[in-house]
Amino acid sequence: MATDAPAPSIALPKKGRPRFGDIGLRWLALAAAVLPVVIMVLIAYEVTRQAWPSIQEFGLGFITGNEWNAVTDKFGARDLILGTAVTSVVALLIAVPMAIAIGLFLAEFSPRWLRTPVGLMVELLAAIPSVVLGLWGILVMGPFLAEHVEPWMIDHLGFIPFFDGFPSNQGLLPACLILTIMVVPIVASISRELFLSVPGDLKQGAMALGSTRWEMVRSVMVPQVSGGLVAGTMLGFGRAVGEAIAVTQVIGGALRTPSSIYAPADTMASRIAAQYAGTPTALSKASLAYLAVLLLIISLITNIAAQLISGRLQRRSRGLA
Amino acid sequence: MSAQAGRNPLAASTSRSRRRKLWGRLMEGLASFAALVAIAVLLIVIASVAKRGLPAINLDLFTQVTAAFSFGAGQEGGLKNAIIGTLIMTGLATLMAVPVGVLIAIFDTEFAPPKVSMAIRMTLNVLAGVPTIVIGVFVFGLLVVGRGQSAWAAAFALAIIILPVIARATEEVLLLVPSHLREGSMALGATRARTVMTVILPSAVGGLITATIVGIARAAGETAPILFTSSVFANAVVTDPSQPMASLPFAIFTNSESPSQHDQQVAWAAALVLMTVVLIGSIAARLLSVRTRRQIEQTR
Repeated sequence: MATDAPAPSIALPKKGRPRFGDIGLRWLALAAAVLPVVIMVLIAYEVTRQAWPSIQEFGLGFITGNEWNAVTDKFGARDLILGTAVTSVVALLIAVPMAIAIGLFLAEFSPRWLRTPVGLMVELLAAIPSVVLGLWGILVMGPFLAEHVEPWMIDHLGFIPFFDGFPSNQGLLPACLILTIMVVPIVASISRELFLSVPGDLKQGAMALGSTRWEMVRSVMVPQVSGGLVAGTMLGFGRAVGEAIAVTQVIGGALRTPSSIYAPADTMASRIAAQYAGTPTALSKASLAYLAVLLLIISLITNIAAQLISGRLQRRSRGLA
Repeated sequence: MSAQAGRNPLAASTSRSRRRKLWGRLMEGLASFAALVAIAVLLIVIASVAKRGLPAINLDLFTQVTAAFSFGAGQEGGLKNAIIGTLIMTGLATLMAVPVGVLIAIFDTEFAPPKVSMAIRMTLNVLAGVPTIVIGVFVFGLLVVGRGQSAWAAAFALAIIILPVIARATEEVLLLVPSHLREGSMALGATRARTVMTVILPSAVGGLITATIVGIARAAGETAPILFTSSVFANAVVTDPSQPMASLPFAIFTNSESPSQHDQQVAWAAALVLMTVVLIGSIAARLLSVRTRRQIEQTR
């Protein structure tokens, strides 16, 4: 590679001559590096500014208010927050065990020749645009669930409160599953990296003591990276909470307190996507921006916490080495 | 490994050890099953988009324009303006984000002290975690209110989304460039800037291309930032970025909720086109990054 570079025609810089190129590049790069900070501050400022009328009007009561009514100009996010919580928590409950299992498969159990193709396919799952997943969700998965899966679930699981109800093409269940599909590849590739980072001598030590491969995984590998798995889960949660497009397509956009996993509902992100462009009143637009503020706060908390956890983990394992 | 343990007389095959081995097999089987499910989901999505999209693809699709809100209004509607709009907006976003992203990576790997570099990385991760719909709301307030929608605004929103992606991918490759190349160049009396321009960037050029492709693939498929910045467009091919444009993701989004059979077919066709481009881009980026890694490692 080095030979591909243009032949160096380097003259020693004359003493005292300022190196304009050097200083120029340094400042230019510095300016670019400051830009993400500026953008973050601008995002926080601008979204809060838009939300300000609603923040002043409703304050923190916005979070518990259960009315969203443009006619009376009363807005509360409780049902949307519940919708977001149900969809992302259910999605994580399915996705995280699956993703950790896939990470283990890719890092440990899989035959070597299978690792690259399977890893690539998991990455491709993450690359499918969310709007395409949403299209598939609304026109293929939703009707399939309503026809074949939900009647069975109602028959067999209907005694559990939340699992009773009526089949529906759009609703919470397809939203949970679409979010699961989106979260799995993210958490899977994080956990693969984590498992690959476990030092070989620890693993071999456990094997030498006579553990089976699974016992080695459970007693050595998983505890070694547990902090990182928590961090990965939080990143997945942030992703699930913030996803707007695919959820809007499959959830049905009904504002009510979620009472059945099959019924249409709505989340914070999907309400913004569905209504922000054509809101009837100024206060309803501000209230949608208020939802955006809440989403921003959640994403900041989950993201920074995840980074602090994995940063601490890195320091600890460096101390170990 | 377990076979060797079985031959060991000390680990005689008691029922307990058999149970432990069976348990291990079961867990390994479950992990393989999880991987299988993920692959199956990928293949099912690809197959159903292909099955419904392929029959809908015809010449009209590429020669006729789509309406902003057709909603079963009639049989008209292709994707010509949506394809051109996506190309232009994605291109503009890439042109904005790549130079800045590469400069951030250069600052981070070549100039910044470790603490600063950690702070920059943290900010990039935070920015990458901001929901895209929030970025849509942000750009709407910043650029659309008072000025109206435009492809510039949409491209700006897309650029914010792909900036951390490009910066992090570039950084990863720059970190792979062996330090002896850097030191050799400096020892010959080259300035930092010259070292970056003539030694480091050329040896990482494959990585820069990878980062760019990843950014393009991401930008092409994003819908949320376009929703408020470029969604009310003329039913014609628009090439002036100061006007809002149609786009493939937006065409899929609106047509997917239409009751009209024809609109749904247009959505499937658009999804097939978009998905094919994005998946090919992702595979290409992946293959290229493996090659770049190998090449850089050979210079060690």
